[in-house]
Amino acid sequence: MQIYLPIAEVSVNAFTLIGLGGLVGLMSGLFGVGGGFLITPLLFFIGIPPAIAVATGANQVVASSVSGVLAHVKRKSVDFRMGGVLLAGGLVGSWMGVWVFTLLQQVGQVDLVVQLCYVVFLGLIGAMMLQESIRALHRSSKPGHRKRLHQHNWVHRWPLKIKFRTSGLYISAFPPLLVGVAVGVLAAIMGVGGGFIMVPAMIYLLGMPTRVVVGTSLFQITFVTAFTTLMHAVSYNTVDMMLAVLLIIGGVVGAQFGTTLGARLRAEQLRILLALLVLAVCGKLALDLFLTPDDLYVIQPGIG
Amino acid sequence: MRTRIAALMMLVLACTASAQSTVPQGNADALPIQATPVAEPPPAESVVAGLSSDSVAITASFNGSDILIYGAIKREAPIPSGPPLQVIVTVEAPSSAVTVWRKERKAGIWVNSEAVRIGAAPGFYAVATSSALDDILLPEWDSRYRISLSHAMRAFAGQIAVESAVPFTEALIRIREDEGLYRLDEGSVSLIDQTLFRADVSLPANLVEGAYKTRIFLLRDGQVIDVFVAPINVRKVGLERWLYRLAFDQPFLYGLMSLAVAVFAGWGASAAFRKLRRP
Repeated sequence: MQIYLPIAEVSVNAFTLIGLGGLVGLMSGLFGVGGGFLITPLLFFIGIPPAIAVATGANQVVASSVSGVLAHVKRKSVDFRMGGVLLAGGLVGSWMGVWVFTLLQQVGQVDLVVQLCYVVFLGLIGAMMLQESIRALHRSSKPGHRKRLHQHNWVHRWPLKIKFRTSGLYISAFPPLLVGVAVGVLAAIMGVGGGFIMVPAMIYLLGMPTRVVVGTSLFQITFVTAFTTLMHAVSYNTVDMMLAVLLIIGGVVGAQFGTTLGARLRAEQLRILLALLVLAVCGKLALDLFLTPDDLYVIQPGIG
Repeated sequence: MRTRIAALMMLVLACTASAQSTVPQGNADALPIQATPVAEPPPAESVVAGLSSDSVAITASFNGSDILIYGAIKREAPIPSGPPLQVIVTVEAPSSAVTVWRKERKAGIWVNSEAVRIGAAPGFYAVATSSALDDILLPEWDSRYRISLSHAMRAFAGQIAVESAVPFTEALIRIREDEGLYRLDEGSVSLIDQTLFRADVSLPANLVEGAYKTRIFLLRDGQVIDVFVAPINVRKVGLERWLYRLAFDQPFLYGLMSLAVAVFAGWGASAAFRKLRRP
């Protein structure tokens, strides 16, 4: 069934969009990532103009994260205090990121920077997670190993300590604030919620237990992407509601299945899967950079 | 005389066909419109033509549209001897500025390096002819009326920094041809007895709103002897129009509405699944 999108001004198959939304929603519920790093390139691939793909992708992420976060609230796996601190950092970061984005646009080559950002970050994070989770899986399969609650490192020695009860942490407010800012900057430049950067940062830098990471990440992403959607709608008129609704229908259902599935899988397995997914997207983007493109010429609307 | 009657029959048939294919939106005017003569003295032969619909309505289920362009040649004198009459029909979308980038390998990766900025290129351009374009149209007449695809784009914006803009404009035409936005259909105009013609132009599904323009050229011996121009109004209707207007007139409200839809859908799915799991 073909449907004409009023803002994107293209006609696409409605079921393709629902399917795409479902796939991304599944990822979102399973791993606590918003799925922006998947939905934006996928929409671009089916012929949605990039600016509309970014803005509408953010709108869809709002829906799937709300759906996911509510499921996590029920399971008491959201650390609201930690989420609030991350969010404060995230809003500052995304404001800074938009500023950097405008700067890059003036210089030109914004596409290249975004693509390089994706390759570098996805590659680093994917490799790190894969290595760590394989080691963890190996270790936990050996009996008699006593597991520590979390690793203590330099992050835990900073001042202004706050008790994060749900995460079982007593650490300074600065590390989560800084993580929030860093994720916010990258999120704004790359046009994503930033979950795929934040989830590993929460596990490895802050030492949060995996159990609460997904819910807390979704909680933060909901607000950051809502802010992004509103900003795009007001300043660039690039949110396509028709497109968003179709993606959302698939997305919210997918997110529910993802959350259920996530509760059944072991944390190590979950992390290996996310690592492989991240590496796959990274590999695809890297190939695009290095392989000779099919067409050396590209068309961009407007005079830029 | 017999040909004259046959010709009239064809015109009637064309009108009936058009009436059936007309979308019942707007007041589609299927009546033939008198062409405006291009130069003095009035040409010996002129076009009388009509469109199956002078407006295209984009609805949510819009999936392309066909426009039938038909007409007849009006002449006071008998059909002149010599090379036969030819017809070219063009349909053109409003123009907008585009930038064409060429990628180059730098330090192992492909980056956008050189660009040509084109001030105005139509979003859609279709050329339908009664015979091979090169055979029926002389280059000087082509550049005068900007008929062929290579003339579709106008003016370059700013200074051209590259050695030659030709590969860039060729790339634009090639890419848009692949997307079905630029089209040359040679021999798709049927011309009967040098008097009646019809052309079917299909508009793609990814159509952009605006005032489109149809031109009909009458040619003899490679020269344009008459031109007929008619507008086609392409616009969104219903829900499409409402959403589009809201997004541009009330962006903040529209943004809040998109968020409300997202939050409500997310909450709804979550609640529904809880119900499903614990009946």
